[in-house]
Amino acid sequence: MNLAELQKKLIAVARTEVLDDRVPYAFEKRVSALLASRVAPQNLDLWVRGLWRSAISCVAVAMLCGAWTFFTPATSASSDDLSQNLETTLLSSVDQNDQAP
Amino acid sequence: MERTEAELIAAVLKGDAASFEPLVQKYSPRVFATARRYARRDSEVEDIAQEVWLKAFDKLKSFRGEAPFEHWLMRMTVRTCYDFLRGHQRNRESSFSELSEPENDWLERFVTAPEAASDNADAAKLLIGRVMEKLSPSARLVITLLEIEDRSVKEIARLTGWSVPLVKVRAFRARAEMRKILAKMTKDKYL
Repeated sequence: MNLAELQKKLIAVARTEVLDDRVPYAFEKRVSALLASRVAPQNLDLWVRGLWRSAISCVAVAMLCGAWTFFTPATSASSDDLSQNLETTLLSSVDQNDQAP
Repeated sequence: MERTEAELIAAVLKGDAASFEPLVQKYSPRVFATARRYARRDSEVEDIAQEVWLKAFDKLKSFRGEAPFEHWLMRMTVRTCYDFLRGHQRNRESSFSELSEPENDWLERFVTAPEAASDNADAAKLLIGRVMEKLSPSARLVITLLEIEDRSVKEIARLTGWSVPLVKVRAFRARAEMRKILAKMTKDKYL
């Protein structure tokens, strides 16, 4: 059998086929509805993405602060002790009351 | 007043999704006709067309307006059809033993008198459809575009995103693959 001839013949047959360009009823409406339904989740996605980004930046800042406090050498001078200073300030009114006759 | 294509596209890009509908309405016949070359079932054809339009909507920003919208859309359609073929390769391994009677008759007529076998016989159309289904996705795409739709190599390169030499290589391989399938088909039947 002449395969090249058969190939030619079948391709010629395929060329004669009339293209079927029918579109299902209201196809464009369906596409529009699908696109509209995708817009809402997209907005939600934006929010979720934004929240995740901010959460990641918060964690990063917290880690940096932690690392900074961990690696900064502690000063021995009591006047520079922030916690001590805070405590003195907060309790100063109580101390004054105690000292009063 | 009817809006032009460029106006519709600009409106969609500004966020008016409803302006996309006239474009879908205008070009869907072409998208469906192309999809029917690669998929047989109506549901598959519709899935392809739907995917084409969703992709077109998502990638509309990449349409620069230098070429007609239809060309841009057809590129997307051809590539979506190719993706579909690559995803549906499971049916390619079946044998030719299940040829219908009209198909067998047409083949027999071809064997006895090749020139007498008619070009537009329904049986021959079924036969070529069967052969096309057995081709690999790239071979089917190239045979369809080059041999059936009679497009140039350059045009195919533009549509598929392949380079011109790659289209030529794939076309050569596709013809060989088709001949191999035909040889198997006739061997199954006549030997």
